[in-house]
Amino acid sequence: MEFNLSEDHQMLADSLRRYLADNYDIETRNAAAFEAPYHSAETWSGLAELGVIGAFLPEDQGGFGGTAEDVSVIFEELGRALCAEPVLGALIGLRLLADAGRDELAAAVIEGRARVALAIQEPGIGCDLDPLSATARKDGDGWRLDGRKSAIYGGPGADHLLIVARIGAGGGQGGSQDGTLGLFLAETPALIDAAMVDGGGIADLAMEDLAAECLSEDAGAAIEDALDLGRIALCAEAVGAMARLIDMTVDYLKQRNQFGRPLASFQALQHRVVDMLVELEQARSITIRAVADYGSDNQARAVSMAKNLIGRAARHIAEEAIQLHGGIGMTWEYPGSHYAKRLVMIDHQLGDKNDHALRLIKLQPRKDAA
Amino acid sequence: MDLSFTKEEQAFRDEVRRFLRDNLPREIAAKVSAGKELEKDEILHWQEILNRKGWLATTWPAEHGGPGWTAVERHIFAEESARASAPRMPPFGLNMLGPVLIKFGSDDQKARILPRILDGSDWWCQGYSEPGAGSDLASLKTRAVRDGDHYVVNGQKTWTTLGQHANKIFCLVRTATEGKPQEGISFLLVDLDTPGVEMRPIRLIDGGHEVNEVFFTDARVPVENLVGKENQGWTIAKYLLTHERTNIAGVGFSARDLERYHQLAQELSRDGQPVADHPVYALRAAEIEADLEAMSITNLRMLAQARDGAAGGVESSLLKLKGTQIRQEIQDLYRSALGAQAAPDAEDLSENELTVPVDAARAAPVYFNNRKLSIFGGSNEIQRNIVAKELFRG
Repeated sequence: MEFNLSEDHQMLADSLRRYLADNYDIETRNAAAFEAPYHSAETWSGLAELGVIGAFLPEDQGGFGGTAEDVSVIFEELGRALCAEPVLGALIGLRLLADAGRDELAAAVIEGRARVALAIQEPGIGCDLDPLSATARKDGDGWRLDGRKSAIYGGPGADHLLIVARIGAGGGQGGSQDGTLGLFLAETPALIDAAMVDGGGIADLAMEDLAAECLSEDAGAAIEDALDLGRIALCAEAVGAMARLIDMTVDYLKQRNQFGRPLASFQALQHRVVDMLVELEQARSITIRAVADYGSDNQARAVSMAKNLIGRAARHIAEEAIQLHGGIGMTWEYPGSHYAKRLVMIDHQLGDKNDHALRLIKLQPRKDAA
Repeated sequence: MDLSFTKEEQAFRDEVRRFLRDNLPREIAAKVSAGKELEKDEILHWQEILNRKGWLATTWPAEHGGPGWTAVERHIFAEESARASAPRMPPFGLNMLGPVLIKFGSDDQKARILPRILDGSDWWCQGYSEPGAGSDLASLKTRAVRDGDHYVVNGQKTWTTLGQHANKIFCLVRTATEGKPQEGISFLLVDLDTPGVEMRPIRLIDGGHEVNEVFFTDARVPVENLVGKENQGWTIAKYLLTHERTNIAGVGFSARDLERYHQLAQELSRDGQPVADHPVYALRAAEIEADLEAMSITNLRMLAQARDGAAGGVESSLLKLKGTQIRQEIQDLYRSALGAQAAPDAEDLSENELTVPVDAARAAPVYFNNRKLSIFGGSNEIQRNIVAKELFRG
């Protein structure tokens, strides 16, 4: 039983924390996160140089890490600094590229020369991929895709787009669950770009006879695995952001005086901060469980427990932080408000707390927790 | 990061499981599982079995008759005992007075008292709280006035758990009224058959007799029953409170109770389907299970900190806070699952008149009884104060 980071992971965390502290303050962040292309090329190459992207793949696939713990160590630091760079898309995209044997493109992504984003999600999809309805059909040597994709994180400005579409959906209604999920690659199709409410880029894609290259005709299992790793990343990001936001809240309560005394001296406020801390510890613990169980029989269960718990905890901490800050917590200028927004909006990514509760319920019978 | 137990720890867990399987009397486990009160004899019977094995005083060092376990081994033992529905040993002699005597007692006190705790000759109860001193324990008023070779004790203690089984009580008493309230408190051992000591039952919300009040009227207590020095009682009390409390999160109890809920939810139906398939119940159970899974990791993280000597002091407060919330949530879920069938008082019905499984018949009283979890042992508000003090320091 050992919960401390290994020396290597501690070094990775420290160097990333230092890099972000030196180069990525909240003004830099907000300047990039809300204006097209919703990220900073400079920060992106800085992260690539640090080896952050390469840490998402194992050595035999051209990276220098690749474990769920590598991912969680990195994303906790990204969360602490409220990093809005398109790292999530790179993580999931890289895993799928490597899985499909596209080593050259993977290498380009690792070095920061190319950026990949991922079009899996469709409007109205939670975390169950069965209802995905975008279709792919063979056209000579290539493929043609039809349908609507949404929630393409980091889509704006990406060089390559990985697209999931259903192959061989035998003439049923849209949303039929037969056939397989194919993985396709397209070069910079026209996207419908937007900033996310909490910063960073997001895009939709309307596909009509879109020409694409097929990387895998049956990628369903690989996609589920990559998505679960993305969920772990989001959980770790939330843990980092929660820890930072609680620190900010404690500092603020110590500094702010009302009625001639610091807010920190009021028990009604103290107790609320303690409850936030309890939730943070729980969030950290369930993320540890998900990291430990990634790749095991219990992966889906542990990941969904984590995403469900963190969906609840993140909202609690975000709302309490805004409330405890009072008016200042409502302002765009105060960094804490952006942390709170991120914490609430994380639940909207890769299946929310209710989607994951449903996944847990469907995973019956329960596994023995011991 | 590594969540696994060592080979030795796993072997230890297997040994504990085997021991519980072979030695825990079935009828006792059944009563514990159904939330029924145990008779004194039943508790003492299990105590004797544990003592014979050398596994009774889990926190004592080996030289005084403890098993000499690590914090991790104590955790494993507590977890397995809870899962097997073993009776929870009353902590007053074993986990409270024992460690206090080992740290502060005279050689004579250790030799005289510790063996009698182990073999069940003495049943100790705790005289801390008073009608006017609950969370604010330092305001206690029970006086002990020196008179020759005796202290003369006058006052009242309350919330004395299982005092009806006890023959001894350890008390915090006021021996000085000057200075800070904390500085005039002493730790005194009293025979309950001393003239002037009277115990009366308090009936609790669930109708049960679990706690008592104890009255002292000119009770004469020999001075050799003072533990430590006069007016050192607060230090001793604090030591006792911060002394490592194994299983304060109650993860094992929660795991067992959630297991029982899942069984019950299969057996009971609601609107023509098993409660287990009721979407709202399924959602609630799934979220509680996630909370409990996180709690069990939080517990292990803090255990590892204690093992590495890195525990900062607020850990046990955090564990108590969330651990009791989860336990109470599960009790509520369990009671709710019974629907309208939770209402009849099982005491008035025989087993074949019940419309619910025997184990579930006392769900509502057990739920009410367990509201105590967030009140005793330092209420959850006191735990928040402790954490806040650390959080807002400086």
